[in-house]
Amino acid sequence: MSLRNYFHSIEPHFEKGGKYEKYYPIFEMVETIFFTSNTVTKVAPHARSFVDMKRVMTYVVISTIPCVLWALYNTGLQTNSALATVGVEAQSGWRISLLQFIGLGISPESLVSNIFHGLLYFLPIYLTTLIAGGICEVTFATIRGHEVNEGFLVSSMLFALTLPASTPLWQVALGIAFGVVVGKEVFGGTGKNFLNPALTGRAFLYFAYPAYMSGDSIWTPVDGYSGATSLGIAAAEGYESLSNYGITWADAFFGTIQGSLGETSTLACAIGLVFLLLTKIANYRMVVGCLFGMIIFSSFLNWVGSDTNPMFSMPWYWHLVIGSYAFGLVFMVTEPVSGSHTNLGRYIYGALIGFMVVMIRVLNPAFPEGMMLAILFGNIFAPLIDHFVVMANIKRRTKFNVQTQ
Amino acid sequence: MSQTRKQLLTDPLVDNNPITLQVLGICSALAVTSSLNVAFVMSLAVIAVCGFSSLFISFLRHYIPNSIRIIVQMVIIASLVILVDQIIKAYAYEISKTLSVFVGLIITNCIVMGRAEAFAMKNKPFESFIDGVGNGLGYSLLLMGVGVIRELFGSGSLFGIMIFEPVSNGGWYVPNGLLLLPPSAFFIIGFFIWGVRTWKKSQVEAREYKIQTLEEH
Repeated sequence: MSLRNYFHSIEPHFEKGGKYEKYYPIFEMVETIFFTSNTVTKVAPHARSFVDMKRVMTYVVISTIPCVLWALYNTGLQTNSALATVGVEAQSGWRISLLQFIGLGISPESLVSNIFHGLLYFLPIYLTTLIAGGICEVTFATIRGHEVNEGFLVSSMLFALTLPASTPLWQVALGIAFGVVVGKEVFGGTGKNFLNPALTGRAFLYFAYPAYMSGDSIWTPVDGYSGATSLGIAAAEGYESLSNYGITWADAFFGTIQGSLGETSTLACAIGLVFLLLTKIANYRMVVGCLFGMIIFSSFLNWVGSDTNPMFSMPWYWHLVIGSYAFGLVFMVTEPVSGSHTNLGRYIYGALIGFMVVMIRVLNPAFPEGMMLAILFGNIFAPLIDHFVVMANIKRRTKFNVQTQ
Repeated sequence: MSQTRKQLLTDPLVDNNPITLQVLGICSALAVTSSLNVAFVMSLAVIAVCGFSSLFISFLRHYIPNSIRIIVQMVIIASLVILVDQIIKAYAYEISKTLSVFVGLIITNCIVMGRAEAFAMKNKPFESFIDGVGNGLGYSLLLMGVGVIRELFGSGSLFGIMIFEPVSNGGWYVPNGLLLLPPSAFFIIGFFIWGVRTWKKSQVEAREYKIQTLEEH
């Protein structure tokens, strides 16, 4: 019996009145992995498009591939370099044992060793995200009777990429569970969330376990090695002194620096952005707005200047490449559901985030990084921005009518 | 009398809880629940103020001119709050420092005002007293529930007694810092409301809008 016939034969059990009626969402999820859905719209309006939800979400996942590959390489590179500094002998752990067992060794010069070592950090985090978040997602889908959506694959990939490599796995599970439940499911599931689920989970971890999410010793998972992120250095000593730590602008652009798994390389994010813009998944207006807000406000602060706060003098092209600005810009700001929905609103929404990022990075001494909080802030304001844009449009149209009559 | 005295006392616990159903008194619930000791003292204070203010307002209900009734109620409540505040300062000074302004803010706690206005002005003194105590208990129940979660998972202890040994003391538990911040009480109260409304379907509010299905277009 072919798979197709098998699905047909068991389908009645899952439909209304069937034995397993409750588990229809799970059946639907498995069936649509193998076959295109045969559900068709029966009443007007009809819209014919090849871009369905599945394609949108898959494209976003594809666009993260450069970031994932870079995450593997750079995590391995940073870890191997740190191990070379502090000495491999003092370190233990299954990853090092495994690497030595299969003969790859711990060498920052070896591409394969770097990638493989990075994989050993990325994979457990990603799998934990998938399993823990998947359980929450499927539970809600079953109880609420909605479909299990591919959006979850996007959230889990983005969530995993925003974490430092040393995050304990139980925190990963807790974070994605919080993100999926509080960031998305309590509002009704994919398409109804007003916050970005991945960022909600990340923010939860950031406030719940600050010792594991910020500071100098967490970015490279090697005991006794401490390396500040470039933002941390810039906040403490000014961006000019980054070169004392061997970090040039090109390093920050290509991403051979400390940071969360997927955020270090601006280039990898840019490749993802080009793909998203070409496929029209991401709306260019948000990107333009966000760049505009960031450049204008950071230039303004350069002009104002400050004797005590070295961050004031950091130019916009450094803001762009260090921290998670690029990653957030490409994958979080452009998220269609939690952003603004009107074209003018998208510019304002982007600019608000760009402005807030610089605001938090430069003027708030408590948080060196501001992208996560800025985007969540923007998410909250998006409906308000839309409201005023729509109202302004109504007002304009009304005036227009009065004049022509 | 539509409700028996027993119902007056037990209804506000779950079925008509001032926090989860009426969503009153949220501000103090956010502020004082990070440690159980503090939450407990606050609960006692609210029960006392709520019960006795209802009692005295009910005694005076025929003599209170309608046009200035809120002012009279406020005077009674404020006197009681000052009394309670002085007692706490005398017998539990450390806790009174943590509670700081929040005891004083019982004056503006909507639960106390709400009971005075909605019940004590129309009912006999003893019933009013029971109703006030019942609502105070309903508030306390939720306060203690939130307090247990926040203190247990936020610092690993209950009433200051270590239950989960935190990592900083050589134990295994990693305290969840978010739970020590007031916003976490928002989430927890939200989860409580969610839980109660899943259990008692009658508390679910009717939708203000209708979701259109495809066929109705």
